[in-house]
Amino acid sequence: MSAVLEIEGLRKTYKSRRRGVRNALDGFDMRVEAGQVHGFLGPNGSGKTTTLRTLLGLIQPDGGRMAILGHEVPGALPAVAGQVGAIVESPQFFPHFSARDTLSLLAGAGDVPAVRVDEVLELVGLRDRAGERVKTYSLGMKQRLAVASALLKNPKLLILDEPANGLDPGGIREMRTLMRNLAESGMTVVLSSHILGEIQLICDEVTIISLGRRVAAGPVEQVLAQHSHGGVRVRLDAAEDLAAAAELLDRAGVAVTRHPDHLMLAGVDKPATVSRLLAEQHLYVSELAPVSVDLESVFLEITATAPVPGQHRQVDQSAKIGEPGHTAGTTGGWGA
Amino acid sequence: MSLYVTELRRLAKRRLTRVMLILLVVGLAGIVTAFAFSSHKLSPAVIAQAQAESDANFRDALREWERSIVECDAAKARGEQTDERYGPNCGRDWKPTADMFDPKWNLPYQFDFRAEFGDFIAVFAGAVALFGFLVGASFVGAEWSTGGMMNLLLWRPKRLTVLGTKLAAVLTTLTGVTVVLGALWTLAFWLIANFRGTTAKVTSGVWQSAGISGLRALAMILAAGAVAFALASLGRHTAMALGVAVGAGVVSEIGIRIATTIAGVRFGDRWVLSTYALAWFQKQWTLVDYRSCDFVQGQCTPKEMLVTWQDSALVFGIGTVVVLVATFWMMRRRDIT
Repeated sequence: MSAVLEIEGLRKTYKSRRRGVRNALDGFDMRVEAGQVHGFLGPNGSGKTTTLRTLLGLIQPDGGRMAILGHEVPGALPAVAGQVGAIVESPQFFPHFSARDTLSLLAGAGDVPAVRVDEVLELVGLRDRAGERVKTYSLGMKQRLAVASALLKNPKLLILDEPANGLDPGGIREMRTLMRNLAESGMTVVLSSHILGEIQLICDEVTIISLGRRVAAGPVEQVLAQHSHGGVRVRLDAAEDLAAAAELLDRAGVAVTRHPDHLMLAGVDKPATVSRLLAEQHLYVSELAPVSVDLESVFLEITATAPVPGQHRQVDQSAKIGEPGHTAGTTGGWGA
Repeated sequence: MSLYVTELRRLAKRRLTRVMLILLVVGLAGIVTAFAFSSHKLSPAVIAQAQAESDANFRDALREWERSIVECDAAKARGEQTDERYGPNCGRDWKPTADMFDPKWNLPYQFDFRAEFGDFIAVFAGAVALFGFLVGASFVGAEWSTGGMMNLLLWRPKRLTVLGTKLAAVLTTLTGVTVVLGALWTLAFWLIANFRGTTAKVTSGVWQSAGISGLRALAMILAAGAVAFALASLGRHTAMALGVAVGAGVVSEIGIRIATTIAGVRFGDRWVLSTYALAWFQKQWTLVDYRSCDFVQGQCTPKEMLVTWQDSALVFGIGTVVVLVATFWMMRRRDIT
């Protein structure tokens, strides 16, 4: 498969006389293949939006290489801009224009046929409200308008930053369907979101960024598998046998956590070995279920941003590559 | 070209542009109407009436003078001191004469196109320059503050082209508004002069002079629009331009005047912006240093300093270019966040 988007060693440093140096992007890498829905994840302040802004020519990088549709950017950005639709951060529009005026002016600036305006308004469900001023819109409606503006060019690469923000449950589902349909039609979609359940549902691959560096990347299943830790839940026919089973498994080198009605095992490659081991001692399992991890727990683990009771995590406190499980607040924050 | 047309459309669609244009037209129409009503054509009948009033006033004054002399003589006969009240010789030396009662004083105001239209060009230029400043600042300031500029740059990732096109749209619109309203303004005052004033001595030279004044007015309006656009773009907010305008006004018109007066700087007004604005419209402006004379010692001609419209062109031209260059330089370099 060919890469629609390539980023290698991207660097962006902000310097402040008072607050020192902050590496917003610290050698970040990313690759998105054609026709994918690609999730782009990271904690607040990790560099997601900086990456997208840099990619789209709004911020000048201090180093690294970027390419869109095979063209080096930002140099070739004017040539490929017509094939890239993007919304960056929250939707921002002139409040006194209607949605139709807003899109019509964008279409005019981009040499897009006027008929396309009505097509995208229909697509995002704003057809009947298109004549109203944007300032009367809810956040969700503005979000739909933002997506419409990104789709206006019928782009090959669609970059959406938090597109589901402010959408109602129906809207989120519509957005999910829309993303999938767009990908099936051949469009490549890069999706930045904090709604990880959605990302897990609709994305083919993900890239996770923390403190300006890539900390995980690949197909969703692969990323989940890499962090599943072989968790297995075991229940027995007779609950009073749980203690004996725990002792047996412990002796066999399996990490066991005891619960009143079940055992949680970790580091089990093949659950069948557990069943065999217990059966040999006449302990019969009623449930042997591999515990699947979700993207949210993997994300929290990779980025080390899981809430800790009694602690107030600061925005720059997250994991840096090579330091799993450790907070690195001073590494990427102001004053580093 | 499509971007340019789109920016013209965007500017025309903006509510502030429309509201300010309506206010401008209403304001200018108000001035025209006021002058149309206050000006009266000096027909022979009106002139004759003024002459008659003047003659009557002269006769009244003569009668009063004669009565005063009679009173004075009577008082003098009673042995009273009269010089203080009636003057020496009972004021016989102060006999009113007919030339003391100019009939012009009794004439109503008549608009004289040749003598006065130049001032009205300056009034027009001031009003349209204010319009241009607000529209120019708001057009790009609102784009920056609402995120419209960022959206546009995602579509057209050529920063200087986008900013330059927006500026071109503002300047084109201001030129169009100035030309159309300027033509209507001239026509209105020409009609006032024709029907309720005078167009006497309006030669081709007068029209030529008015045309050149109109060009200077257009240049000032475009400079106001461009500077406001540039300042709002530098600060990424309309308020930046408005703040600088207020600040420059306070510093230039009040602060510098007070400071130069306290410091005893000769021709302190040469550091004040309004001096150059006046010189621009009046072709030249003379600053007078009254402190160079000691009038107690007798007659003295104070020193003068002449500020010409060429000086104004230099000051405003350099100022405009510096702000525009800074704006485009910043646009090329800055991170858009």
